[in-house]
Amino acid sequence: MSTKPSAPVGSHNAKVMNRFELTKRLVAHLKHDEAVIGGIGNANFDLWASGQRPQNFYMLGSMGLAIPIALGVAIAQPRRHVIALEGDGSLLMQLGCLATVAERAPNNLTIVVWDNGIYQITGSQPTASATVADLVAIARAAGIANSAWAADEGDFDRLMAAALREKAPSLIAARIDNKPAVGTTDRDPVQIRERFMRGLGVKGGRD
Amino acid sequence: MTDTQARATAWYEIVLATLKANNVKLVVYVPDRVFTPLIKGIHADPYFTAFATTREEEALGIVTGAWMGGMRGAVLMQTSGFGTIPNALASLVVPSQIPALIFVSERGTLGEFNLGQALVYKTMRPVLNSLAVENVTVTRQDELAFTVDRSIKQAVATQAPVTFILSPLLTGGKVFEG
Repeated sequence: MSTKPSAPVGSHNAKVMNRFELTKRLVAHLKHDEAVIGGIGNANFDLWASGQRPQNFYMLGSMGLAIPIALGVAIAQPRRHVIALEGDGSLLMQLGCLATVAERAPNNLTIVVWDNGIYQITGSQPTASATVADLVAIARAAGIANSAWAADEGDFDRLMAAALREKAPSLIAARIDNKPAVGTTDRDPVQIRERFMRGLGVKGGRD
Repeated sequence: MTDTQARATAWYEIVLATLKANNVKLVVYVPDRVFTPLIKGIHADPYFTAFATTREEEALGIVTGAWMGGMRGAVLMQTSGFGTIPNALASLVVPSQIPALIFVSERGTLGEFNLGQALVYKTMRPVLNSLAVENVTVTRQDELAFTVDRSIKQAVATQAPVTFILSPLLTGGKVFEG
């Protein structure tokens, strides 16, 4: 807790960081085969570039559904921690899922939001989070009490470590720059799904 | 057919028993008046993990994640809700080969009073057919257990979603009370 800044951190004073650098920091926390659900677009691309863990799922369509997919995995495998990575535009598309997560209150789910204030992949049009919408305030109001802005890289590490220990869902939001992603995912949904299921120790779900 | 299914008397008891018989533990839904007895029965049975979502596509995302984690899931919705899920079907469930079990309470026909329901109804089967999503319409209670049981088994075995359209002829539907 000593690294926590004394002034409240909000979207206005959080440090603008780099998504790929933070993705690498995030992955470095994963020591117990945690599942990671990458949302469509650059969140996914940088997750891919950070190393293709068998427990990573790369969502190729269905914008906004990374958090619901992560909730489903968290329900099916209550002993595995699950992390959803979403961009600000994707989260704004499916805000209701925050209330669903809060109501279910899984003790093994962490949501990480990369907020660059733009729909980066479609031509950098501004999202509402660039000006008026505070995604952490929205998450708290939806009922996810453990919701916080990462003040800087060290704070992100502290919040990630805390989230993995928490017995309630957490949301960590980070302001990020508009640098392009470092890689791109493969585009084979069946192969991605198969690899992920094997990574979770599931073989087709048959009896 | 199991003893439970043989003893069941109402359509919703048959659906509930058939889900259990097929290891479907997760049920997520956007509420529907006609499905209310089914939803109540599922909530009352500790076998199930059941809860409402804010949107139908959210429910599809949840059962997709659950399937990948090794748990079978069903989604319940009404016909108008179907109008919100084609993108989730076309860009997640179908290409990823997820055996999502989708139950739709059929509105828009046989006495519909809401024009919006009637129009989404007209899009539902064409959308499912154009995506080659298996869809079965159940009108008769004596065919319900067989249809649902076999179609769940087919969905799992072929790794493909299935939609059960439960007709007002089966459920009684929702009638105009104005």
